[in-house]
Parts: sequence; structure tokens; C-alpha cells
Amino acid sequence: MRRSRQAVPQRSIPWTTKLRRDRSLLLMTLPAVVLLVVFAYVPMLGNVIAWQDYSPYQGFVASPFVGWDNFERVFNNPLFLDAVENTLAITLFQLVFYFPVPIFLALLLNSVVSPRVRTVIQSIVYLPHFFSWVLVVTIFQQIFGGAGLINQTLRNHGVDHAVTFMTNPDTFLVLITSQSIWKDAGWGIIIFLAALSTVPPEQYEAAVMDGANRWRRMWHVTLPALRPVIVLLLILRLGDALTVGFEQLILQRDAVGAQVSEVIDTYVYYQGVIYGDWSFAAAAGLVKGVVSLALVLGANKLAHVFGEAGVYQRS
Amino acid sequence: MTGSTPEISAEVAVLPRDVVDDARDRKPRRPRRNKYRATWEERPSVAGQTTKVVVLTLVVLAVLFPLWTVVVTSLSTTQESIEAGGLVVVPGELTLRAYTQILSGGVVTRAALVSVGITAVGTLISVVVSVLAAYGLSRPGSFAHRPILFVFLVTMFFGAGMIPTYLLVSSLNMIDTYWALILPGAVSAFNVLILRNFFMGIDNAILDAARMDGAGDWRILARIVLPMSKAVVAVVALFYGVGYWNAFFNAMLYINDNAKWPLQLVLRSYVLQGVTLPGSGTGQVDVGTGAVTGMPVKMAVMVLAVIPILVVYPFVQRHFTKGVIFGAVKG
Repeated sequence: MRRSRQAVPQRSIPWTTKLRRDRSLLLMTLPAVVLLVVFAYVPMLGNVIAWQDYSPYQGFVASPFVGWDNFERVFNNPLFLDAVENTLAITLFQLVFYFPVPIFLALLLNSVVSPRVRTVIQSIVYLPHFFSWVLVVTIFQQIFGGAGLINQTLRNHGVDHAVTFMTNPDTFLVLITSQSIWKDAGWGIIIFLAALSTVPPEQYEAAVMDGANRWRRMWHVTLPALRPVIVLLLILRLGDALTVGFEQLILQRDAVGAQVSEVIDTYVYYQGVIYGDWSFAAAAGLVKGVVSLALVLGANKLAHVFGEAGVYQRS
Repeated sequence: MTGSTPEISAEVAVLPRDVVDDARDRKPRRPRRNKYRATWEERPSVAGQTTKVVVLTLVVLAVLFPLWTVVVTSLSTTQESIEAGGLVVVPGELTLRAYTQILSGGVVTRAALVSVGITAVGTLISVVVSVLAAYGLSRPGSFAHRPILFVFLVTMFFGAGMIPTYLLVSSLNMIDTYWALILPGAVSAFNVLILRNFFMGIDNAILDAARMDGAGDWRILARIVLPMSKAVVAVVALFYGVGYWNAFFNAMLYINDNAKWPLQLVLRSYVLQGVTLPGSGTGQVDVGTGAVTGMPVKMAVMVLAVIPILVVYPFVQRHFTKGVIFGAVKG
């Protein structure tokens, strides 16, 4: 967005005057800035240990620098590469099977004409988003687990096949994706519904005049209205490609085994906090952060090329 | 059936006007159109309508059914839960025994108090700091607001990483303190932007009028801006509050002392992992076979973990759309 004209007269005020005029505004932002500097920016500097042989007893200052050794170890580490593979597999799976669900639900809900029914359904499907992962995993455990409701019902009806949904590595992707859908698909519709509510009814009316039936209207009016939102969310998802539900996975890592459930974040956690290989873990985490940043910026660039707004706009 | 046959209309035509109106009032002939449907919109087909109703019902049931069984089980007797083989679906005899057990002191009570405390203090700090920052950044053309905004935006795209953050918290001696659960995540740039975008939408003329009357920025924020943005502040407060209430990983990372565990850690260890709940008076819980004995107690812990959300939710959820849409990032 271009700077608006009204900013021009203010530019002629000397900065000392502006500083004095806006001192209470600056004072207001101060606490938040301090918190961010301490807990977001200082740790960014703390990533220096990725180039060190860090030991907690020597601290950042005294630990010796070792160059790119830790990064070499990271990239030559088969377990890390497995974690990357799992991460990407989970992201891809969720993209294909989770991502369309909120769009579909939003279209369905949008076609419900009674505002009262719509509000009730919305309040219900938003709800699980506000539950913790511990709770969601526990609920799944109680229903699909070895001693859970489904297996209990099967046993009561004399079926001997136990459903091993919670512990089976082969169906792990399905498991975590269905958990994500249960928890967040309802919440995911909110932004699509908002986009749908901004479509002017005249467009539909005009489409009807041109003889469009309900499917043509959906194709030519409704879906184009959703396109910018879909692109935006895809970009955000791409930026998060290397971050998959950390709490969700760490809660279930023991049940299905690290083979399929170890992702970059859990790997970093175990190498650093549990095994104390701080420098190695910091290097692995840094690789992830940098790649993610590149993915967001790249995807946003791509969105601009295709003429969409993207996450932020060129000024 | 709107169209009447010619014979009938001929008959009607000879009747006096008021008689016709009377008849029409008593027997409305028009089909009941849905009052919300636009005039040009065709009625959905029966098949389409049925599919829609079935799908939406299934979606709603998928959310509500697990909650139903959890609540019913927590209200059942242990005996009943054993007979049902774990979770109780059809309620029989209802009792509050599980709740009196977990709330009569011991691990769960303490954890619940810890969670309440962290959520209350954390939400207060987060909301105050975020509202101040959002207002401070919302006045167009103010001193250095662009670079400061940039400081916030960067944190949305690049995180420092878990290890350096952990080392920082530990070198600040915050391990095993509740501050470790509050301060590192106290400010979310996303929430600040939600608030800022809303504040920027407030008509400048109102604020200018207040300024003419001699109000400073603090007074304008407290007296004019805040009362106008209660809904958005409530949504942001809920986002923060739920975050603190549900925080599990931070607690796992920073709280080693189980006497200081918040509710989510208790939920994981005693309910998900089936470790024996000390001091709950439930007797032995069998770790290996999935702990059928204490099922009502376990489910009561789960209910306890959801209750605060269910209590606040109805008051805030109708403002969600507004809050989330204002959060859409603008450059």
C-alpha cells in the first residue's frame, strides 16, 4: 500500500518534536518491546552456540568456537534426515487430506440458510480448537485405544480383532491427521466463512440472470471469492511446512515409536534438552528456522507473481 | 401451489373484497418460502438437502459424542464404568463422587490451582501489555512506529528456536518457577496486530475531539478506545487465556518439580499415561491394562481441564469472526 497523502504534513515536524509529542505512545509499546527483545531476540543471538562446542558450565562466552562442525554433523546424521522425512510426509499428508476439509465445511455451512442453525453449528465445531492437545489425544485414546470404547464394543460383540489405531505405525499419518481435523477443521472454517460473507449478493443475482444454476454459481462466484484466502493459507502452511504439531507428536511418540513420529522439533528437543547435545540441537533448530523463513518469503513472492495479495504487501 | 385454477379465481372475483381477504387470512395458499432465501434462489433438491443435514449432523455428533461420554463417565460410579468396560455411554446412576475425590486436596486440586493462577496472572499481563503496545502503534505517523512494528512482525516469521530459548530461561534462573510459563510467550505479535488493526479502524474524529478537550493518550485509551473495543479485547484475552490454560510443552520443558505441575501435565501423566494418581483415594490403578478402576476419576480430571473454557466460551465466541478478520495481516 502506498503511503497516504495525510502523512505528508507530519513529515515536516522535526523528529525531536515528534518524540516529545509521542512519548506516551512510546512508553506504551515499551513493555511489549522489552519482552520481545528479551524472549525472542536475545535467543536469536543465543543461536551462536550452533557454531560452538557449547557446555552449560562454560556459558556462551567461554565455550570454544568450532566453525560449521555442528551443521556438518546435522546433515550427516541419518536420524535427523529421518526426522526431516517424517516432517515432510506429515505436512504433505495433512495438506492433501486436512486442508480441503475446512473449505468444504465452510461451503456446506454457508449454504445453510437459517442463521440460527448456522450459529449453533458454528459454536459447536469451533469448540475443539480450544482444547489442549493432551485432552484431544486422551479423548482419542479413550475411544480408539486398546481399552477404549471401540475395542470394548468389539469385544462385547465377540469380535477378536483389536483395533490398534493408536499404536500402529502404519496408520500413524491417518491418526494424527484425523486428530487435527477433529480439533481444528471447525476453527479453520472461520476465515472462509468470513470471506464468503463479503461476496455481494448482486453477483449471485447477476449470475442467475445469466442463467447460472447453483453449481455454476459456486464455480464462478463463490470459489473465486475464496481464492485469495486459500492462497494466503497455503502460503502460511508452506512456511510452517517444517513445523508439525509438536505437542501432538511428543505426546504420542512413545506409543507408536520414533520411527514414524520423530519430527524435526521432537528430534531437537531430545538431542538438546534430554541428551544435552546443545550445540548440535541448536544447529538443527537453526537450519529449520532459516529454511522455514525462506519458504515463507519464497511462497509470498510466488503469490505476488500470480497476482495475489499474499501475507504482506509490497510497499 | 401458487397458481389457482381459473374456475376458482372466477368464483373469488364475484365475492366482496373483504370476504376474499378474510379467506386469505385464514387459509394462506402461498407455499411457505424460507424467509432467509433470496428470491432468485431455487429450493434445494431433496437429495441435496438430506445429504447436507446428514453430513452436518455427523460433524456435530463427532464433536459432541466424545464429550458426552467423558462427562457421563465422570458422573458415573466406578462400578458402572467397569460394567460398561470403561467409558459409559448411557447414563445410569449419577454421582459427583469422582469430583469430590479429585477436589478434596491432593495432586489434582493443587495442579488446578496452579493452572488457574498461571492463567489469571498470565492473561492479565499479556492483555495489558498487548493492548498498550497495540494502541501505541496505532496512531498514524507517530514517532518510529514503522521500525517498532517491524520488531513485532519479525517474530511472526522467524523464531529463535527451542534450544536457545531454553538456555535463556534457564540462565535467568526461571526453571521451576511459574514465570517460565508466563514471560517467554507473554506477547504474541499476532494478537497485538489484531488489536492494532481494530484500534486503527476507530474514527479519528472521536479521538481528535477528545484530544481537543485536553485528554492525553492514556486517558483516550482508557476512556474511549477500550470501551469501544471490548469485544476484540475479549477475544484476544480468550486466545491468551486458552494458551496459558492449555500450555503443556512449556510446563514439560521448564517445570521439573511435580509439586508445581499445572493441570495439563497431570492430565498427561495420570490420565493418558495411566500412572497411579497419588492421594486421590481411588485405590490401585492398573498401569498395564489401561486402568479401568479409576475411569470416572480420570474423566473428572478431563472435565476439570475443559470447564473453564466451556464457561468463558459462550460469552466470547460470537465475537470470534470480528477478532480473527481484524487479525488478517496488513503490510
